[in-house]
Formats: sequence, C-alpha cells, structure tokens
Amino acid sequence: MLSKRVIACLDVRDGHLAKSIKFVNTRNIGDPVAKAREYYTDGLDELVFYDITASSDRRKIILDVVEAVAEQVFIPLSVGGGVASVADATDLRLAGAEKINVNSAAVRRPALIAECADAIGNQNVVLSMDIRQVGVSEEMPSGYEIVIDGGRKPMAMDALAWALEGERLGAGELVVNSIDADGTREGYELKLTRMLSEAVRIPVIASGGAGEPSHLYDVLTEGKADAALVASMVHYGDYTVSGLKRYLHERGVKVRMSW
Amino acid sequence: MPAPPVAIVDYDAGNLMSVRRACREVGLDAEISSDPQVVRAADRIIFPGVGAAGSAMRSLRCSGVGAALMDAYRGGKPILGICLGLQISLEHSEENDTQTLGLVPGEVRRFRLNDPALKVPHMGWNAVRVVRSHPVLADIATDDEFYFVHAYRPVPTRTEDVLAVSTYEGEFCSALGRANYVATQFHPEKSGRVGLKLLERFGAWDGHA
Repeated sequence: MLSKRVIACLDVRDGHLAKSIKFVNTRNIGDPVAKAREYYTDGLDELVFYDITASSDRRKIILDVVEAVAEQVFIPLSVGGGVASVADATDLRLAGAEKINVNSAAVRRPALIAECADAIGNQNVVLSMDIRQVGVSEEMPSGYEIVIDGGRKPMAMDALAWALEGERLGAGELVVNSIDADGTREGYELKLTRMLSEAVRIPVIASGGAGEPSHLYDVLTEGKADAALVASMVHYGDYTVSGLKRYLHERGVKVRMSW
Repeated sequence: MPAPPVAIVDYDAGNLMSVRRACREVGLDAEISSDPQVVRAADRIIFPGVGAAGSAMRSLRCSGVGAALMDAYRGGKPILGICLGLQISLEHSEENDTQTLGLVPGEVRRFRLNDPALKVPHMGWNAVRVVRSHPVLADIATDDEFYFVHAYRPVPTRTEDVLAVSTYEGEFCSALGRANYVATQFHPEKSGRVGLKLLERFGAWDGHA
C-alpha cells in the first residue's frame, strides 16, 4: 500500500531559505540547495519550494534554485509561488520541478487549473489553498474561507466549495494550509484537513502548524491526510526527517523507511 | 553527431530532464532525442513518458521513433521502459482505447478500486516485490519503495513476463520484462537511492535476462 509522505517546504526569498510566522516577519535561515540535499539524504519523500521573492527578476532566481536542486535531489520536487500561467508552469518544469503549485492566480482565474492540467498532466497540478476559520454563514457554509496573496486578501469564498471546484477543474492534489495554525507549532488544523480529505478523491497534503512529531501522527490518522508538510520543525534542527519518520513508523503509520 | 551510449526517447510525453539528470548522476552518458537515427545508433535506450497513451502513440508513429524503437528491440539492444513507456509496450491500452506497440503480450487497464478512501491516480511511494529475478532489479530489497504516479496498470498476458508486483487494494504488475526489454511502472529517476541503483544496473546490463 502507499506510504504516507513527509514533505518539507522551503520558502525561498531572493534565493535564500526563509520562514514566516503567520505569514509575516520572514527571515533568512540558510541555503535552500544545501537544505534540500540534507533532507533528501535523510529520507524526505518530497520537496516543495515556495517562492516568496518580491523582486522583478524573481523568476530567474527560483529557476536557478530549482535547477541546482534537481541536479542532486532525486525525489519529486514541487514548486509554487506566483505561478500565473502555463508558461510559468512549463519554465519551472523544464528547470526540474515535477509538480506545480497554483494558489492566488487560480482563485482569480480558475481556468488556470484546467490549462495547467492540459499542459503538464493533472497529477502534476497541485492546488494550494490558504484557509482561515470564519463563522459559518450562507456565503461560507463550511466555516472556512479562502485567503490569497500570502494571507493578505480574504476572498469571501468557501474553502470546501473551492476544493471541490479545483478537483473538478483538474487539480491532482490539494495542499490545505491553515493560516490560523501556520508557524504556531501547535499542530495542524485537524478538523479542516479531515473535512477536505473526506470530500475529495485526490490526495491531501496538510500544511501549517507542525511543531512536534505527534502533530504529524494526528494529521495522518485523525486528519486523514495523505501527506504532512513540515517546515520550521526541521529547518531549525529541532527534529530530523528520519527521526519524524521513525516516530510515525513506530506508531504504525506506514511510511517509507528505506532510503 | 556521434551516437550517445544511452538515448532517452523523446516523443512529447512529458519532462525528460529528470531522467537525464538521474542517468548522469550514475555516470550514464544519456541524451534526449526524438530523432529515429539517434535512437537506432545508441547502445541502449530509455523509453520514458508521462501523459496519455493515445497522443503518445500518435507521436511515436508520426516521428518514426516508434519504428526505431521496435528495430532496436529486435536487434537485441537493452531497452528500459518507464511508466507510460512501459504501458505502451503492451498490445492495447484502455486509455483512449489505443492499440499500442505490442512488444509484450497484454493490456493496460484503469485501476478500479472498491475502497473509496483509495485514490486514483496511485501516487506516492510503494513497495515493489520482485517475483522473478532480473539483473536490472537485482538490488531491490524487501523494504525498498519507489515513486509511482499512474491511473492505469499493466496486465501482461504471460506470468513469466511479470518481474515485480506492488499492492494497491489488489496486486498489480509493477515491473515487467521480456528478452532485452525491461520496464518499470514506477519512476526510478524520482525514487532516491534505490531508483538510481536501478538505473546504474540498467547501464551495465547486457540485455540478457
């Protein structure tokens, strides 16, 4: 049977690794290529780069990083951040990315999902969703709202409805990122993850809030996620990828233990 | 242009850079080519691919690279199929109801699963159990897992062509081979160390099972 995946997310700004808390206060914490290599040799199942570069030459910077990593890391690479067209997706694929994450641009123009799916295959299109909890309302019956532009712009759009629409348009996977949990290290948003995982037939990657190994266990079991995304807990050296996988394995979660 | 030791067949079936990078990592001099002459001249051939069977077959026919591949097979050159490359080496695919190359007897069927919690495509890491020893698969250990992304599964007619199986609800064939042709449903180029090992083995294989 398929193993549950441990995925590390590297936020890249101006070619450096950055980490934010609740989407603000980013700071540099190292070289993304070295970190990618370190996690790969320590058993990581998949790697995600999120480009948060703001400068105008952003595309060249992230393409260089992806290319350098693809030369030495032989697991699936996924890249997101500012992908707004099939051309963006194709450039990143040629640089060595397997999967492309779309987020804000797909909310603004949902056809982007179908266009990318046609060009690079459904399985390579990942719909990344930034979500915050709101009151249940007529507009947002699930009680969760889609937010775009790096957590700055609430869209008054229901998260569950958008996940289903994204799947219908051809997304091959979902990243469920809780803004409320992001950077808190207090655990993933289990209720949200489970709700979306039960609603769609494509794999769900839980994101935001991991601080302890038990958080991964919880979201891969109770939260029904197919994969758990980690960032700070491995970036700062508090935990290792292999240590997390051993923890999960010892508790009966099927993870890849040979690398 | 001198013939490359390894030709990676390009037939508009996805991004092949990762296959070339992985080959180079294990010291294989591989070039991506859609030129039938280059494919005919290479010492060994990798036949990769992601995408749909219908458009892949059209592209193989139009470019003449499909015929070059068949010639190489008859000529005894070692050939490695990957993912869609494996699938279109069988006779027929349910995907786009396509007649395929017919190098290995059998067909390709979509996963039909009873458990609603199991997702299609079958995407992620899964174990591969070798059921028939083969030089290219010689390093695979019980705990080793490989990276898969596919919605269709190969169903070879003859059990002796099945080299390895994996489990997704039921068992399915995850590697097959016949004479100088060997193929994996998983992606060795995305499967870390164990995948690189497989590519290295292919680079040293003489084409005899």
